[in-house]
Amino acid sequence: MLTIQNLHAGIEGKKILNGINLDIKKGEVHAIMGPNGSGKSTLASVLAGRSDYEVLDGTVEFLGKDLLEMSPEQRAAEGLFLAFQYPVEIPGLNTVNFIKTAVNEIRKYRGEAPLDAVSFLKKMKEKMALVNIEQTLLSRSLNEGFSGGEKKRNEVFQMAMLEPRLAILDETDSGLDIDAIRIVSNGVNKLRNKDNAILVVTHYQRLLDYIVPDFVHVLYNGRIVKSGPKELALELEERGYDFIKNENKAEVA
Amino acid sequence: MKTELIQVKSRDAEDELSTIEKTVYSDYKYGFVTHIEADEAPKGLNEDVIRFISARKKEPQWMLEWRLKAYRHWLTMKTPEWANIKFPPINYQDIIYYSAPKQKINPKNLDEIDPELIRTFEKLGISLEEQKRLTGVAVDAVIDSVSIGTSFKGQLAELGIIFCSMSEAIQEHPDLIREHLGSVVPITDNYFSALNAAVFSDGSFCYIPKGVRCPMELSTYFRINAENTGQFERTLIVAEAGSYVSYLEGCTAPMRDENQLHAAVVELVAMEHAEIKYSTVQNWYPGDKQGRGGVYNFVTKRGICKGNHSKISWTQVETGSAITWKYPSVILKGDYSTGEFYSVAVTNNYQQADTGTKMMHLGKNTRSRIVSKGISAGFSNNSYRGLVHVSKNASNSRNFSQCDSLLLGDKCGAHTFPYIEVKNNTAVVEHEATTSKIGEDQIFYCNQRGIDTETAVALIINGFAKEVMNQLPMEFAVEAQKLLAISLEGSVG
Ligand SMILES: Nc1ncnc2c1ncn2[C@@H]1O[C@H](COP(=O)(O)OP(=O)(O)OP(=O)(O)O)[C@@H](O)[C@H]1O
Ligand SMILES: [Mg+2]
Repeated sequence: MLTIQNLHAGIEGKKILNGINLDIKKGEVHAIMGPNGSGKSTLASVLAGRSDYEVLDGTVEFLGKDLLEMSPEQRAAEGLFLAFQYPVEIPGLNTVNFIKTAVNEIRKYRGEAPLDAVSFLKKMKEKMALVNIEQTLLSRSLNEGFSGGEKKRNEVFQMAMLEPRLAILDETDSGLDIDAIRIVSNGVNKLRNKDNAILVVTHYQRLLDYIVPDFVHVLYNGRIVKSGPKELALELEERGYDFIKNENKAEVA
Repeated sequence: MKTELIQVKSRDAEDELSTIEKTVYSDYKYGFVTHIEADEAPKGLNEDVIRFISARKKEPQWMLEWRLKAYRHWLTMKTPEWANIKFPPINYQDIIYYSAPKQKINPKNLDEIDPELIRTFEKLGISLEEQKRLTGVAVDAVIDSVSIGTSFKGQLAELGIIFCSMSEAIQEHPDLIREHLGSVVPITDNYFSALNAAVFSDGSFCYIPKGVRCPMELSTYFRINAENTGQFERTLIVAEAGSYVSYLEGCTAPMRDENQLHAAVVELVAMEHAEIKYSTVQNWYPGDKQGRGGVYNFVTKRGICKGNHSKISWTQVETGSAITWKYPSVILKGDYSTGEFYSVAVTNNYQQADTGTKMMHLGKNTRSRIVSKGISAGFSNNSYRGLVHVSKNASNSRNFSQCDSLLLGDKCGAHTFPYIEVKNNTAVVEHEATTSKIGEDQIFYCNQRGIDTETAVALIINGFAKEVMNQLPMEFAVEAQKLLAISLEGSVG
C-alpha cells in the first residue's frame, strides 16, 4: 500500500530525514517509536504533503501512485489521513460544518454525490459512538479551546468519518487519559479491516497493548535503525533508547 | 396583508459551501459593458451642468435652487483627508455628471424598456419580470443614474407604500421630498454629500405609511455603465410610526482602467416604533491585481431614529471598490431607540477601505450595537473607524462594539480607530477587538482533510463573517457569500 524508498527530506535548509525505507501492506499496523526530535512528525508531515518540507531524494508510492506528486488534498482524497500531534484551532469554523465539507470534498474527488443531511447525520451519530465524543464539542469552533484530550479524540473522530486507507496517528495517545486511550484505541481497532493500514507514532508501549502492531520501527536521526515485532516496543520501554543510540554509534564507528 | 409574497426559506448553514465552491472564479464577473445609447451632459461641473441635469429631469425650481446651493457650498469645501486612504486628486472637471440611457421616460411596462438594458440586469442576475414575485423582491433598478423600471408598484400602492425613483418622487410627492430630503444628511454635511446634492441624477424613494409592514424586501440594484460617469444616486426612506421596511441595495460596475467616482447619499427616517433594515452588498469594480482602475466609493449613509422606540439597522458586505469611504450612522434621537451596524469589509490586492459607523446617542435608554468584521488580503488596507457618542441627556444608554480583523498573508493591513465620547455617566459602552490571521498551518490542516485551499479560505472567512451574514435577508446572503469567496480568490497559498 505504502512504499517509502530512500526518503531524504528537510526544512529550512536543515536535513531531518536521512534515507527512510518502509513498506506497509494492506491490513497491517506499523508503529514508529523514537526519541524526541528524531523525525517522526517530519515523516508524517512529508507523507501528508506539508509544503514547507522539502523532499531531497527518494520515492513514495501510495496505492500504486506517486504520492510525492500529489497535492495534500489529493493525498487525503486518495485515502491518506494524518491525525496531527498538535491539531490546529480554527476559530469561527464550526466543527460539523468542517467535517461535512471534508467528507463531501473527498466524495467529489471520487466522483460520488455529496452525502445528504440525513445520511451524514446518521453516519456522524454512528462514529460519535465509536470514539465516544460529545455532540456539544462538535457544535463548537474547530478545536478552539478544546482540551488536549478532546483535540485528540476529535482527530480520531475525523478519521472515523473519512474512513482512510492509511491512517497516520502522530502521538494520538499523548494527552488522553487512561480511559480515553482505551476508548479511542477500541475505536481505531473497529475501523481496522483487511484493506486499510495504520501507522502509529507513539512514545508509549501502553497504546500498543490496545492497537497491536505487526511491526515496530525505531527512528533515530532521521533513519529507521531497528525494526522488529511488537516485543521490540516492550524492550524499548524497559531499556530506553540508549542501547539503540549506542548500537548506532558502534555501527557508525 | 399579502403575506404569501414573503418567501420562507430555511437557512442551512451546512450547505453554505456547496454554493461557494460552485462559484469560485477568479475574475470580476460583472465586468461587461452594455452598449446603450446615452443622453449625456457635457463633461465637467459648473452651474450650467447642474441646470442641465435639473432641466432634463423637469425638476421644479426649488429643487434646482437646492442643488445650486449645495454646489456653491461644495465649492468652498475641501476633500476630507482624515481617512486612512490614499488616492491621487480627483479631477472633477473630467467627469460626466449625467448619463441616461436614451429611452422613454417613465416606462409603464417592461415592453417599453430597452431590451439591451433588461439583458444587462439579467446578466446581473436581476430580473424585472414577474418571476421576481417568487422571491418577493421589488426591484428599483438604477443604471447610470436613471431608474428604469420599478416592479411591484401596484401591489405596494395598495398598502399606501411609495417605492419609486427619486426623480419621480420629486414630481409626484414634492411635499414628502421637501420635508425629508437633506433632513438627515444636510447639503453642507461633507464634501461628497454636498457634491451629491448638487449633481445627483436619480436614486430611490421609499415611503411606508403609518402602521404598515412592507410585505416584501425592497431592492435597488445599482450599476455604473457609461465611461467616465460618476454615479451620484440619492436614496431616501421614510418609515412612519409603527411601520417596517427591509431594503436591499446591491451594486456592480463594469471593469474600467480608469477610476470611477461614486458618491451616493442615503437618508433614513424612522418615526415612533418604526423599523428600517437597510442591507447593502457592495461589489463595485475593485481595480485589477496591480491596483489599476476601480471605483472610488465615497458614500454618506445616515439614519435618524426620530421617534421613541424606533430602530435602524445597517448591514453591509463590502467587497468591491478600489476605495471605500463609508460610515453608515444612526442618530438615536428618540428615547428607547436602537441603532445597529453589521459590517463585513473585504479588501484584497491594492484595495483600501476606511469604513465604520457613528452611533449618536441623544435620547434616553438608547441602544446601539456594532459588529464589524474586516478581512484583508494582498497589499490591501482595511480600517474600521467608529464613533460612539453619548450626549449629556442620553441617560442609561448602552453600546456594544465588536471589531474583528482577519488577515490573509502579511503584506496587508488592518486598523481600528474606535472613538468614544461619553458625556453621561450612566452610559455603558463596551468595546471588544480581535485580530487573527489565517495561518499556513490552518490551511494545511484543511488540505489534509481533502479540502483545497480556496474552499478552506472560504470556510474560514464564512465562519468569521457569519454573525454579520446572518443579518442579511436570505436572497442576499447566498450572493454575499459567493462574493466573499470570489474577492479573496488566490489570496492564500
Ligand atoms: N521549521 C523547522 N525549522 C528547523 N528545524 C525544525 C523545524 N521543524 C522541525 N525541526 C526539527 O526537526 C527535528 C525533527 O522534528 P520532529 O517534529 O519530526 O520530531 P519528532 O520525532 O516528531 O519528535 P517528538 O517526539 O518530540 O514529537 C527536530 O530537531 C526539530 O527541531
Ligand atoms: Mg512529533
